[in-house]
Amino acid sequence: MPADTPRSNPTSSAPLLVVQDLCVSFPSRGRMIPIVEHVSFTLGERDILGLVGESGSGKSVTAMALMGLIDSPGVQITGSALFRGQELVGLPQKQLRRLRGREIAMIFQDPMTAFTPVYTIGWQIDEQIRAHERLSRKQARARTVSLLAEMGVPDPARTADRYPHQLSGGLRQRAMIAMALSCNPSLLIADEPTTALDVTVQAQILELIRSLRSTYGSSVLLITHDMGVVAETCDTTLVLYSGRVAETGPTEALFAHPGHPYTAALLASIPPLDGPRPHRLPAIAGAPPAPLERPAGCAFAPRCTYVHASCLPAPPPPLVPTGSDTMIVQRTVTDTSSLESVDPTDQTRPCTTTHNTLTEQSFSETTISRPTQLSACVLPAEGTPLPPGLKNTVPAPGEAVTTTQILSPPTSSASGGPQL
Amino acid sequence: MMMALLRRLGQTVFVLFGISALVFLVFFATPGADPTARIAGRNASPQTMEKVRQEYGFNRPLPVQYATMMKKLFITQDLASYVDRGELVVPEIARAAPVTVSLVCGAAIIWVVLSITMGTVAAAMKGTWIDRGLMMLGLVGISMPVFWLGQVTNLITQSRYHDTWLFSWVPGLGYVPLTENPWGWFKALVIPWVVLAIMFIGIYSRVLRADLVALSGEDFMRTARAKGLSPTRVLLRHGLRTSMITFVSLFGLDFAQLVGGGALLTEVVFGLPGVGRLTYQALTNLDLPLIMATVMYSAVFVVLANAVVDILYLFLDPRVRDAR
Repeated sequence: MPADTPRSNPTSSAPLLVVQDLCVSFPSRGRMIPIVEHVSFTLGERDILGLVGESGSGKSVTAMALMGLIDSPGVQITGSALFRGQELVGLPQKQLRRLRGREIAMIFQDPMTAFTPVYTIGWQIDEQIRAHERLSRKQARARTVSLLAEMGVPDPARTADRYPHQLSGGLRQRAMIAMALSCNPSLLIADEPTTALDVTVQAQILELIRSLRSTYGSSVLLITHDMGVVAETCDTTLVLYSGRVAETGPTEALFAHPGHPYTAALLASIPPLDGPRPHRLPAIAGAPPAPLERPAGCAFAPRCTYVHASCLPAPPPPLVPTGSDTMIVQRTVTDTSSLESVDPTDQTRPCTTTHNTLTEQSFSETTISRPTQLSACVLPAEGTPLPPGLKNTVPAPGEAVTTTQILSPPTSSASGGPQL
Repeated sequence: MMMALLRRLGQTVFVLFGISALVFLVFFATPGADPTARIAGRNASPQTMEKVRQEYGFNRPLPVQYATMMKKLFITQDLASYVDRGELVVPEIARAAPVTVSLVCGAAIIWVVLSITMGTVAAAMKGTWIDRGLMMLGLVGISMPVFWLGQVTNLITQSRYHDTWLFSWVPGLGYVPLTENPWGWFKALVIPWVVLAIMFIGIYSRVLRADLVALSGEDFMRTARAKGLSPTRVLLRHGLRTSMITFVSLFGLDFAQLVGGGALLTEVVFGLPGVGRLTYQALTNLDLPLIMATVMYSAVFVVLANAVVDILYLFLDPRVRDAR
C-alpha cells in the first residue's frame, strides 16, 4: 500500500518532501484566481524549513494544499508534492486521511480555537491516536499523558482531563504539539504556531519545535511571518510574496545577503537591537497586491525601489541561483517542471527572483559569497543610499518625507532578528 | 456546580413571582374594571357579587388580594370558575395537562429525530440535490400553517378516504388516555404528532444545517480533519456535538411554550382537551380564575424548561460550567 511507506527505513538520501511547481487556484465569479503560483521547495529529513511571507502571501494555502485540507468546490491544485516518493496532489481523500495525523501532522496558529471546545484535551489527543492505531482507551491515554509530559506540560494526567478553555495559550499550544506528535509523524507542518502567543511563551514553543528533530526525528515546515522566528529556528528559508517564491536559501546566507529586494526590505524593517538607531524604521511602501491584481511580471515590482523595465512584463522572472555556485537556473514558462541551464554571465536576464544556493551542509558550515552576475534588481552595495520606496510610512508632521534611508547592513548579528 | 444549580433555582422562583404578580395586576387590578363582576359572570345577583368580593378580598388592599389569589391557586387549590358554575380550576388543568404533554412529547421526539437527520444529511451533502431537496422540504413544512394542515389531514383521514385500507385505522377525533388504552392513545395521537412536528422539523433542520455549515469553517473542524478522522466522525463527533448547544436552547424554548399551551391550534383542530384549548375557552368566556391559572401553569413550564435548558447547558458546554 503506497500510504504505508515503512517508517523505519526511509531512503536516507531522498528528501522527505519535494514540492514542484505547486499552484493553487480558487474559482471566483467565473474565473480562477491563482493564490499560490509555482511554489517549489525541498524538505530533507530532520530539516526545518521556514515559509515566510505577509498575510495573504499563500503560506497557509500551500500547507493546506499539502495536507489535502482545501475542500472548497472548484479549487484547482496542480504541480507535484512528493512525500516519501508518494504524490500528494490528487491523492484520494481516503489515502490522504491515512497520512494526515499519522505521517504529516499540523499545528495551527490559534490554539484557542483549534481544539473542539466541548471535549477534554486528553480526549482529543486519544482520538487522534485511536484513529490511526489499534490501541485501547487506556493505552491511548497513557501515551497522551506521557506526550504531554514530554511537551513540558505540568501535571499531565490532570491537564489531559481539562477542557481547552481551562488552559493557557502556551499550554494549549503544547497540547496541540503533543497531539500533532501523537502518532510520531515524519513531517510536522506548523502554521504560525507562535503568532497567538506572548513572547516568552513563543520562545518556549520555538525551543520545543527545534528540539523535536532530535527527539522525534521530525522535519518541520514552519510557516510564519516573523523573520525573527525564522532566523532562530529554520535551516532553510523560503520567502513567499503574493503567492510566488521570492527567494529561497539557507537561512544564514539569506539573512546575511538577501538577494531579493523584498527580502532585504523585510529584514530592514526589523528594528536593530544594537548599533545606531535609525531615525525612522524603514517600511515597505504600499500593500501586497490582491491575487486578481497581481502584476504580470514580478509581483513585487510596484513596491520595489529597484524596479527596472525588464521586471514588468509577463512572465514573472524566473528563479536564479546566486552564491558561490554561480550557475543560473531558469525556469521556463512553457515547461514549468524542467530546469534549464543558462549562461551565468548573462547580465541581461532579469533576476527579480533570486535563489540562494541550496547546500546539503548545515548553514553554519556554509559560506556563501555574493553573486556577481545579477542584473538590475540586485541590492546595491552596503551603505549605498536606498532610493525612495524603502521610506517611512508616516512622516512626522512638518517633516518632508525622508527620501533616503541607510539600509542597515544585514550582518549576521542582524540575522537574529529580535531575539525572542 | 451545586451552587450554580441552586442559584438557577432561586432565579426561577423569582421569575415565577414576577410573572404571577404581572398577570394578577393585568387581570384583577386594571383601574376602572371591577374584577368582582367579571368573576361572578354576566348578570350575577348582588348576593353572588358580595360572596365573590368577600372570597377574593376585593374590598381589601392589593397585596392581600394577590396573596389570597396565590393561596387559592397553589395552597388550597379551591379557585373556582364562576362562569363555569363553580368548576374547580386546578383539577381542570390537571386533567388537561396530560393530554398536552402527550401531544407535545410525541411531536418533540418526531421533530428532534427527523430534524437532526435532515439537517445533518443536508450539511454533509452541502450543495448537492439532496441538500437542496431537504431544505425545500423544510421550507414547505414551515410554510404550512398547522391549523390548515390539521384540517386537511382530518379531511383526508376522517372523511374522504377514511374507508380505504390506508386510513381505516384512524380513530375519531379526541383523546384516549394512555393508562386506559396505550394502543388507542397512540392511534389517536399519531396524526396530531406529525402535524404539530412538521413545522418544527422544517425550522430545526434548517437551523441545524446552517449551524453545521458555519461550524465547518471553524478552526477546530479543520484540526479534526487534519487529525485524519473520517468525514463522518468529524461531522458527528465534532460538528454535531457542538451544534447541539444551539439546538438544545432552541428546543427548550419551543418545547416549553408548547407544553404551556402553545399547541392550542393543534389541540382545537384535533379535538384534544389540552391546556391550550382550555386557555382558549377561558379567554373566550373571560373566565378570570381560569385565565390566571392557565397563565401561571404555562409560565411555570416555560420557566422550568428554561432552567432545565440551562442545566443541560452545563453538561453540554464545559465553558458555561466554569463561567458561573
